[in-house]
Amino acid sequence: MGTADAIAPRFRAGDRVRVRAAYPPGHLRTPHYCRGRVGVVERLCGAFANPEELAYNRSGLPAQPLYRVRFRAADLWSDYAENGEDVVEIEIYQHWLEQAA
Amino acid sequence: MRSHHDLGGLPAGRVERDEHEYAQWEQRVDALMMLLSHKDRQLLRVDELRRNIEALGAEAYDRMSYYERWMHAIVQVLIQRGVITIDELGRKMAEGVQDGNR
Repeated sequence: MGTADAIAPRFRAGDRVRVRAAYPPGHLRTPHYCRGRVGVVERLCGAFANPEELAYNRSGLPAQPLYRVRFRAADLWSDYAENGEDVVEIEIYQHWLEQAA
Repeated sequence: MRSHHDLGGLPAGRVERDEHEYAQWEQRVDALMMLLSHKDRQLLRVDELRRNIEALGAEAYDRMSYYERWMHAIVQVLIQRGVITIDELGRKMAEGVQDGNR
């Protein structure tokens, strides 16, 4: 994906991010269970055409940066009873993320 | 609101890890998807396939098998894109029923 048609990355590995608590209709690649939750950017995976647009046969450009975000399982499920160190990593597009305090 | 298909993270049973055989019609559906989405044709994108699967009602989503959902979505995309018409599809389906080839 050329940089000319890609949005610049806003986050770096180690940044704390919150997934937007948004619930629009359509084809979304952001799982319901992580919306509104805080995680840490594990890595930038690159930039990809936005699947929400591709789902309607549009270009999906400019490409959106995609991040792997790491969440503590206990932050996703308050009653999580397994190992407290367990994490879940989810790949999330930049437009779903905002800086967390 | 959570979409019906978006069931990651919900309580569920054990994951079945065994390999299983695919019926010939299932292999055909897979082949159709590969051929239609091939970069030389681009008559269908996987994202469109997913959108149409996710648009199924909860009852239909649960009743259909994996490749039945694919077949439903492939047909929807081909109609949406104007590759086939509903009339053509209806006539072909009627031929299949007559042949006992459903």
